[in-house]
Amino acid sequence: MAVAIILLLVAIASVVFHLFSPWWWTPLASNWGYIDDTITLTFWITGAVFVAVVAFMAYCVFRFRHKEGRQADYNPENKRLEWWLSVGTGIGVAAMLAPGLVVWHQFVTVPAGATEVEVMGQQWQWSYRLPGKDGRLGTSDARLVSADNPMGLNPDDPNGKDDIVIQNDDLHLAIGKPVKVLLRSIDVLHDFYVPEFRAKMDMIPGSVTYYWFTPTRTGTFEVLCAELCGAAHAQMRSKVVVEEEKEYHAWLEKQRTFAELSGQRNVAKAAYKTGSE
Amino acid sequence: MVDVPFDTIAGIPAAEAPDVELYHPKSWWTRYVFSQDAKVIAIQYSITAMSIGMVALVLSWLMRLQLGFPGTFSFIDANQYLQFITMHGMIMVIYLLTALFLGGFGNYLIPLMVGARDMVFPYVNMLSYWVYLLAVLVLASTFFVPGGPTGAGWTLYPPQAILSGTPGQDWGIILMLASLILFIIGFTMGGLNYVVTVLQARTRGMTLMRLPLTVWGIFTATVMALLAFPALLVASVMLLLDRLLGTSFFMPTLVEMGELTKYGGGSPILFQHLFWFFGHPEVYIVALPAFGIISDLISTHARKNIFGYRMMVWAIVAIGALSFVVWAHHMYVSGMNPYFGFFFATTTLIIAIPTAIKVYNWVLTLWRGDIHLTIPMLFALAFIITFVNGGLTGLFLGNVVVDVPLSDTMFVVAHFHMVMGIAPIMAVFGGIYHWYPKVTGRMLNEALGRFHFWVTFLGAYAVFFPMHYLGLLGVPRRYHDIGETAFIPASAHDLNAFMSVAALIVGFAQLVFIFNLIWSLFKGKEAGGNPWGAASLEWQTPETPPGHGNWGKELPIVYRWAYDYSVPGAGRDFVPQNEPPARLSAQGAHP
Repeated sequence: MAVAIILLLVAIASVVFHLFSPWWWTPLASNWGYIDDTITLTFWITGAVFVAVVAFMAYCVFRFRHKEGRQADYNPENKRLEWWLSVGTGIGVAAMLAPGLVVWHQFVTVPAGATEVEVMGQQWQWSYRLPGKDGRLGTSDARLVSADNPMGLNPDDPNGKDDIVIQNDDLHLAIGKPVKVLLRSIDVLHDFYVPEFRAKMDMIPGSVTYYWFTPTRTGTFEVLCAELCGAAHAQMRSKVVVEEEKEYHAWLEKQRTFAELSGQRNVAKAAYKTGSE
Repeated sequence: MVDVPFDTIAGIPAAEAPDVELYHPKSWWTRYVFSQDAKVIAIQYSITAMSIGMVALVLSWLMRLQLGFPGTFSFIDANQYLQFITMHGMIMVIYLLTALFLGGFGNYLIPLMVGARDMVFPYVNMLSYWVYLLAVLVLASTFFVPGGPTGAGWTLYPPQAILSGTPGQDWGIILMLASLILFIIGFTMGGLNYVVTVLQARTRGMTLMRLPLTVWGIFTATVMALLAFPALLVASVMLLLDRLLGTSFFMPTLVEMGELTKYGGGSPILFQHLFWFFGHPEVYIVALPAFGIISDLISTHARKNIFGYRMMVWAIVAIGALSFVVWAHHMYVSGMNPYFGFFFATTTLIIAIPTAIKVYNWVLTLWRGDIHLTIPMLFALAFIITFVNGGLTGLFLGNVVVDVPLSDTMFVVAHFHMVMGIAPIMAVFGGIYHWYPKVTGRMLNEALGRFHFWVTFLGAYAVFFPMHYLGLLGVPRRYHDIGETAFIPASAHDLNAFMSVAALIVGFAQLVFIFNLIWSLFKGKEAGGNPWGAASLEWQTPETPPGHGNWGKELPIVYRWAYDYSVPGAGRDFVPQNEPPARLSAQGAHP
């Protein structure tokens, strides 16, 4: 009796916890509401199955617990019941898988007009790069990384000269514009993770990975690293600021290009040399 | 299948296996230490696995102390936290669960359940244990080497696993890989034994479709392990070469702490494919023996045949086969070609169907049973709840697009602890309470057992159920301190503290269990040969504990499946597998 009640209470407590938990996903700030919907659907289906199985068990324990003189049924199998249960399960699984695959198709199909933004991870900081006026990002290579060129950009690539390089600072994005985030690393695996955007993807040294999303809410969002990258993994933070088009352009104006930054460094070097002579 | 229980094997001659074939121990050393008796080897495996498991348990306390009360304990820093999670995960998955289910339960139960005198290659079986012990010692030694154990996470993903930004980059990772290689060598020797014994050494009448589901579970898991571990073996060897000889199997051109390294041209993703080609079957290598054990516990203690035996066998085999084509569901956000997601999400969700069938058949076995709420039965019920819970959250993570926001968060940690931590451990405990009387001849203490059960089950559920919601909120895994993060409310810290207190209480209950194991060995109630009234063969041995050779002079002959409980008109509520049908007829059960 007590056992049956406790089993039932475990199921009830789980449902109550789910309904009243103050710990729930962050308010959405991207177009990936469909992902949230798929999670909600999955919660409904799996929650119903969980409660049904535990309640059935609790009932059996209550109803068929050992008493003097009770004899169990002898019932090796029941083909019809087993097939019905399998088919029912198949339908439940398909009801979750089908919408999931439809949304995944959207997730991997980048819209044609998406702006490219590069995020580079290294132990343990984030750097960003935006295409300049030509709308194209120049090439890069981990072999070119140096104190003067921390992102390893190719100085001989004309497409890269006007790229906007953002280091030790926040990334800004314009609201309502689809963004294709190109992800790159120069040392170990990282993962560019902003919970409010729902999307995430690992960054792998030697490859460029990507995902896309459209920011739908202005505000400042925290960037975390979601793939273990060594000792300071938990401290690898940055911020993404989503703002209105006008403010975004004002911010963009103030940023330096790769050419400006290298020029500046060369001037600084020259000045240092002159000073030391 | 209705015909199975009364299936007669007419005219089978008494099978007399000549006793001289066995190498009987001649000294204390060969009886208790360098023993070739599968039962002794099983106990050696179990004690070793539980001992190193205690280390992993203590590590989990340290992790929970840090997570629940960050900054309070000055002796835990970020590096140590990473070392704790790595060692905890690796020990629990491989050195405890795999070794205990296959080396422990497998060695003890396979020969007894199939009616064999021993494993077919006793000497190799002995070697298997000693190589396993060596692997455990090498692993444990990493706590004492300069730099300490590796902190690369139990997945050991390169490049970070072998670079200097990760703790234990020096000796830790090298010895970890060496230990894994040894473990796989040791396991292979044992595994070949289990497979060949099940296929070749079954006694007369023990057809494959009369095997207890425990044997089916362990057998299928062993076949899978023999196919999956080689992937981990080559991955470990290649990573070791990358670390020691500077090869670049998994290492692209990269910068280490601002300096360009000599590595170039390798693929970090290749390691992940190899790791998970092993790693996903590994989940079922742990789960299938648990499935089998739970089936037998439920059937025995509900005094009812397992419902849908044939479907249960095919579900085990189907799960085993399917689990080799789902591995990349661990890699949806790894940066592999995103179109793989369609394939792997589909295969992963298909696995839910045979798995669900198993759950239905367990609860349908309870239906109209005669349920004895013994401690093994309680653990079996707890197994079903935690396994269903963890299995259902697997449908979130397996469904590729749902995985995107949840991967690498505490949701994943909660999921896999529920499904392949708590649930299999429930099966381990249930199995130990069930078979301890056969192994020692004494019952485990009932009161201590019930205390252990309730604290462990409810406590572990209280740790891991709420943890899903931290993941839903977005709390990443493998963070020693979530610190000041805008989207994480202060209440999340309170929840962490609550989970830590619950985890420490659960940990304490395990000490009670260990105490019970030792105390009952001397003071436990005498069990007799078959205290549960079980039908399967291991309870029908002439001696308890069974002697070397298991069966005395004559091997048993099997006349029926292992689940003849409450057969109408059979007198008692169970019919042992080796009971000849003639006696039944005499009782008027069968025409």
